[in-house]
Amino acid sequence: MFRLEARTSTPAWFNLALPLIAIAVTLVLCSGLIAVAGAGVIEAYGVMLSASLGDSYAITETLVRAAPMIFTGLAVAIAFRAKFWNIGAEGQLLAGAVASCFVGAIPMPGYLAMLLMALVGAAAGALVALVPATLRVKFKVDDVVSSLLLNSVIYYALMALIEGPWKDTFSGYPISPPIEDSANFPVLIEGTRLHLGVFVALIAAPLCWFLIARTTLGFRIRVTGENPEAARYGGINVQRVLISTALLSGALAGLAGVGEVGGVHFQVMSDISPGYGYSGIVVAMLARLNPLGVVPAALFLAAVMTGAEAMSRATGVPAFLSDVIQGTALLSMLVALLFTAYRIRRVGAQT
Amino acid sequence: MSAPLIEMRGITKSFGAVKANEAVDLSVAPGEILGLLGENGAGKTTLMNVLFGAYAPDAGEIMVEGKPVSIHNSADALAAGIGMVHQHFHLAPRLTVLENLLIGIPGRSGRIDRAGGLARLTEISRQYGLSLDPNLPVSALSVGEQQRLEIIKALFRGAKLLILDEPTAVLAPSEVDGLFAALRSMAAQGLGIIFISHKLNEVRALTHRCVVLRHGKVAGLVDHPAQTTSAEMAKLMCGHEIVPPVREASTPGASVLTLDGISTSGHAGTPLRDVSLFVRAGEILGIAGVSGNGQRALADVISGMLPPKTGAMTIAGKIVAQFSPRELQALGLGRIPEDRMTTGLVTNLPLADSMVLPRIGTEAFSRKGLLNPTAIRAFAEEQIKAYDIRCPGPMVRAGALSGGNLQKALLARELAFDPKVLIVSQPTRGLDIGAARFIHEKFLAMRARGCGIIVIGEDLEELLMLSDRIAVMYEGRIAGTLPSADATIARLGLMMTGAGHTEEAA
Ligand SMILES: Nc1ncnc2c1ncn2[C@@H]1O[C@H](COP(=O)(O)OP(=O)(O)OP(=O)(O)O)[C@@H](O)[C@H]1O
Ligand SMILES: [Mg+2]
Repeated sequence: MFRLEARTSTPAWFNLALPLIAIAVTLVLCSGLIAVAGAGVIEAYGVMLSASLGDSYAITETLVRAAPMIFTGLAVAIAFRAKFWNIGAEGQLLAGAVASCFVGAIPMPGYLAMLLMALVGAAAGALVALVPATLRVKFKVDDVVSSLLLNSVIYYALMALIEGPWKDTFSGYPISPPIEDSANFPVLIEGTRLHLGVFVALIAAPLCWFLIARTTLGFRIRVTGENPEAARYGGINVQRVLISTALLSGALAGLAGVGEVGGVHFQVMSDISPGYGYSGIVVAMLARLNPLGVVPAALFLAAVMTGAEAMSRATGVPAFLSDVIQGTALLSMLVALLFTAYRIRRVGAQT
Repeated sequence: MSAPLIEMRGITKSFGAVKANEAVDLSVAPGEILGLLGENGAGKTTLMNVLFGAYAPDAGEIMVEGKPVSIHNSADALAAGIGMVHQHFHLAPRLTVLENLLIGIPGRSGRIDRAGGLARLTEISRQYGLSLDPNLPVSALSVGEQQRLEIIKALFRGAKLLILDEPTAVLAPSEVDGLFAALRSMAAQGLGIIFISHKLNEVRALTHRCVVLRHGKVAGLVDHPAQTTSAEMAKLMCGHEIVPPVREASTPGASVLTLDGISTSGHAGTPLRDVSLFVRAGEILGIAGVSGNGQRALADVISGMLPPKTGAMTIAGKIVAQFSPRELQALGLGRIPEDRMTTGLVTNLPLADSMVLPRIGTEAFSRKGLLNPTAIRAFAEEQIKAYDIRCPGPMVRAGALSGGNLQKALLARELAFDPKVLIVSQPTRGLDIGAARFIHEKFLAMRARGCGIIVIGEDLEELLMLSDRIAVMYEGRIAGTLPSADATIARLGLMMTGAGHTEEAA
């Protein structure tokens, strides 16, 4: 017989082992689905692997995909550290995309346009995140619900924009006018789509780690998240910490949208984000809310996404498998997290 | 002697490098009240958790009525006739007394057997003199009544041995007598009881025999606690004598904290009504009173958690403008909260984080918003040494410390900064006498250096020993203030019931 026993401490290697175990479990579980779809499991995963990481071009594509999820993953990780339950990274990303597209379409020198796009996009995301944070701080409204619902509001506002004033008058497509060519983010490697935003995302992760681990704001975020009562008693303005966290989190999610507009699509359309905001939650959980872990976690999900399309073409397994893998990875990780607090003990017949 | 009800043999349990229990033997006979004594962190709670199935021992065995049993969880323990009342209760607040008793008890054909439960409750109440209204929701019960419910719950499930982990720490002195009467009656009817307490006079009054733990091992047995002096027991526990500190006469200076006509509202518990008091430099003011008479609100106002509705407060001659913990701290106020787990510490983060929490924004621990991890760690290490906080180190999870050591950590984090005024609630609750003496000495040393200290407490002996003056709170007011030379336990007791007369000391 087995039973759960409360752990007294969590070994450090768990931070690495748990996500890896969760991913392994996910791949095993999903292999069942591949088999049901009538394809060879090894073959399907093989195609996925080579299409996402098999050559240098594939790797750059995976990196490009990972960038927005690094930003949303960081956004969620920081918010969750303070127990500000920001499920609204998707809406904040869209707000950042719209705002930066608006700025990018104004003719001005390229570097200035890029800088302004980032600032305005981050501000837009922050503003959106401010709504659930304010509602929670002032009126005790549940932030899970309000931030989640806001996603739909922002999405339909975006639709109204591209179906209305922004609609392409020539083609009639619901897409925004493109940003200025000079505002397109520079490509880092000729012949790929690896743009400046990816680089910024990779830099953002250690910066966020530094913020959480080494600054007084980070300290306040951690303490507020773990015990708001003790934080208040200790002189921390808990409401202010929550608002700061929300602004930061929203800004990061907004930057995800900026990168997609400035580096990938150069305009806004209805499917600019295939749920990067929600994937951010999976990424953050896989990373155990550690900003440094966000990068590998986002790369994993990005590889699954890029790989899934190729796999679908080659083996006929629907590309939806990538969504299933994401969901299963989240669930596996949540179960795995149980083992940071508990361990399994075998209780045999003792003498 | 009759066969033991419970026998633990060679119990060993380690947490990492810490040996919480090492080859401990312990037995309880039917009808026996066994005292379990030991310093903070000696391993009492751990040993009882092993007996109750919360931890699996690394070695050793447990016998119930001579038969070896293996206990893996609380259900096994209950089945073996072992019941435990933890210091933190496990009750469902919205359910009634009766419903709490019936949780987890299978009724007939899937239905809850209310009538049967009620009959048993009445029987238990009569048998041991433990009465409770079965239809009251738990949220309406006082702490003492909740404890009674926990005891009844254990008896309801057929416990033959009852473990009580520091049951009197949460009780008012008047409630202790009722608890003792019930425990004696249980023992008289053949139940075994294990009683943990740091209050040696209680142990001497109640128990038949004591086991003393030190550093996880049995340090000695006391066969006739009633005939043994507290000093002898203390020596067994700590390994050396404990000398009570002396409060030397002193002349207090100017007032360092003044409350003038403070009233509050919107607070859980009794609000303050027109409270005025002061404490002077080099003086200790005790606040006595039955708990629930506004002490909580008083502590919250002074520590900045609760802005008053009317009235003014002055610290070191400066009027307090905003009642925020940070501003008060900047004025030189040190605060030690009553509830260390919820307001004091962050149990999931390293101990060092909790120790620097109130001053994280100051030069000592950060500069321009950047933390200084070396300084934080050094500070924590220094305090751990200075206050003999027993723990593996500053980076251990604060929640892993024993209750007494948590209290020392909280004291250390305030006293290290030499406050001008100090407000403490129940400073030695849960501390062993050695640690309590240490804290008392610290307070007296602070007083000698000119700090004004307010001690809110229920232990009148402690208040009389420490305080220069004692104010009594009753229904949110100061019922009177006495110089401690004029105060006796009897007189204070009378004032605490609202019967005393007001008398202001100069
Ligand atoms: N869950 C845990 N993880 C790590 N160490 C623990 C844990 N529980 C107890 N310890 C350690 O084991 C030792 C014994 O702790 P225990 O709580 O049994 O002491 P105690 O005698 O009940 O003390 P107190 O009088 O302060 O309640 C202490 O050093 C404590 O730090
Ligand atoms: Mg204990």
